Formats: sequence, structure tokens, C-alpha cells
Amino acid sequence: MKFGIQINEGPYQHQASDTAYQFTKAALENGHKVYRVFFYHDAVNNATRLAVPPQDDRNITKNWQALAKEYNLDMVVCIAAAQRRGLLDENEAKRQGKDASNIAEGFRISGLGQLIEAGIQSDRLVVFGD
Amino acid sequence: MSEEMMDDEEGVIKKFMYVNRKAPYGSIYALESLEVVLIGAAFDQDVSLAFIDDGVYQLMKGQRTSGIGMKDFSPTYRALEMYDVEKLYVDQDSLAARNLTADDLIVPVEVLSSAEMADLMEDQDVVLSF
Amino acid sequence: MLLHTVNKSFERNSLDACLRLAKAGSTVLLIEDGVYAAVQGTCLEGKLKQAMDTGINLCVLAPDLLARGFATDKVIAGINAVDYAGFVQLAADHSSVQSWL
Repeated sequence: MKFGIQINEGPYQHQASDTAYQFTKAALENGHKVYRVFFYHDAVNNATRLAVPPQDDRNITKNWQALAKEYNLDMVVCIAAAQRRGLLDENEAKRQGKDASNIAEGFRISGLGQLIEAGIQSDRLVVFGD
Repeated sequence: MSEEMMDDEEGVIKKFMYVNRKAPYGSIYALESLEVVLIGAAFDQDVSLAFIDDGVYQLMKGQRTSGIGMKDFSPTYRALEMYDVEKLYVDQDSLAARNLTADDLIVPVEVLSSAEMADLMEDQDVVLSF
Repeated sequence: MLLHTVNKSFERNSLDACLRLAKAGSTVLLIEDGVYAAVQGTCLEGKLKQAMDTGINLCVLAPDLLARGFATDKVIAGINAVDYAGFVQLAADHSSVQSWL
């Protein structure tokens, strides 16, 4: 079965990102496919490479990166939500005249159409939020 | 990868429902949900919007936001028709609990009983919650 | 039939709204802060038992329950405890998933 995942909340503030990660991991480990993970609203902050959580806490961004690497997971950050919240890739930073980018490796920034497409292409779309 | 899948499933029309249970302005969910609806309209899917609980407040007539320094996005609900998004469903119990009727709302909607709303939800392929 | 997920027990009437609009034969999975509703003896117990009587299947995500200090033997009889793999399976076994956010 092919799943699409939508996440609405930022990491750490709410459990949504953790639950989405555990669900995605369990799906992949049990032989399912995950078509795409789409980060919306504050969930775009899952993709910052500048977060430094305490050493004894989980690192949600790194967890996603590891999962993406192992399973070739498509992790898409909504561009409109990302721009509002100051999350940029290099191209976007240049285009907007900003002096830095902060997106972590393994994530890509794209449009909301990617969420709709995930809904169309996946057998099930599961939303995690608060 | 996705090109091949698109070819396979070209012409597939799924039933998408956007479920709105949160009031506007107090949080960004209503606004960013509407942004998905507008982008999603380009995908020619069978789209419904459901307004339940505090979500019905999104459709209030006479929103004046100048005093809080935020953009009044309620006129966008009236523009949905131009995007061929015409199925707006409001939960009767949620209206009644808030001392509202369909006359208080900015757009024509279909008011549904619990049983009708339950049937409608059960009939969806993709449920996007915000 | 739908799989409903609910992540609040007492807040924001998510559980009430879900139980009012969930059809017989559908499944409601309590996750995150929704798991408190599955614990015996709270003011929500009657509501959940009534839901089960009307043919709604109730499940609770065990890792969330354990994290919050409740063992699965504290769960109301008839509510099934599942792990994340079980959550995935429930999503696969139902026609679509509605999250009550």
C-alpha cells in the first residue's frame, strides 16, 4: 500500500511530527511505500538544518534524514508556508535577496500542488497535526 | 518516477474533502487551508469543504480585521465559485451550538445534519484536515 | 469505512465531534493526548462505551498510553491497544483516514 503523509505542526512544540515519523517508519518497515511526506504550516520547521536540540533529546530533523536516506523518501516542504516562516533553500534565498539558506539535506521546497498530487497518487493520505 | 505514475493514473478523479474545525485569526490553519483549496482547484478533483465546530466561524459575514492588523481573507470564500469549488457543507449542530444560521454566513452553503455529514465523510477518498 | 484518529481527550471537543460523526463499522483510534479517553473510570468512559455499543470500533495507540503513565490493563474493556505498525495496518484496512485536528 502507498501512503501519503501530511504534517501540520512544528517539531518539539507538538507531538504531530514525532507521530508522523513513527507512522512513516512503521509503514516502511512493514513493506509499505510512502509516496511523499509533505510538511505544511509550522511543520516546515522540521526541515531546518540550524536546530540544535539537547544531546539527550531526539533530533527530529536527523531522524527524517536517516529515514529518507534508507528508503529514498520524498520529503517536500511547502514553499508558501516556508517563506512565511523563514525557511529557505539556496535558490530561494538568492531569489528573495536573503543572505542565508537553512534547509537541511534530504528535504526539498516545492508548491502546494505536491500535497494534492500526494493525495491523488497515494492509496491513503494520513494527516498529523494538533 | 512521478511522470510514469501520472501517466498510469491520468484522468483519475478522487473525492477530496477539506475539513475545517478551527476559527480564523486565532491561528493560521483557516487561511493556509484556504490556500490549499485554491491551489488544489487546478487539479480538477471532486472537492468538498466541510465546516464543523469552530470552523463555521471562518464563514462569518462582516469580518473587519483592520483593528488586529491582519488581512481579512473571508472574501476568498466568495471567490471559490470561480475556481469551481462549489460544495461547501456546514454542520447544523455546530451552527446551532454557536447561535448561528446559514444567514450569518458569507457564502451560500448546504447545511447538513450529523447523519448527512457522516455519510458525506464516509464517501471521501482523501480527507485533508487542518 | 473510515479510520478516525483523535489526539485530544478533554480538549477542543475533538472526541465529541468525532463520535457524533463516526458511523457504525468505522474505527476510532485514540492517539497522543487522545489516549487518556481510553483509560477506565474517567468521565468519558460512558461516552466510549456507548460508541462501542453503536458499532464503532475503538483502538488506542499503546506507545502513547505507556508514555503517559498508563499500562494497557487500565484501558476500558473492548478497546484494542495497537502499536505503530497496527496504526499503519488500520489505515490500510480502512477506505480513508480522517484526522480530527
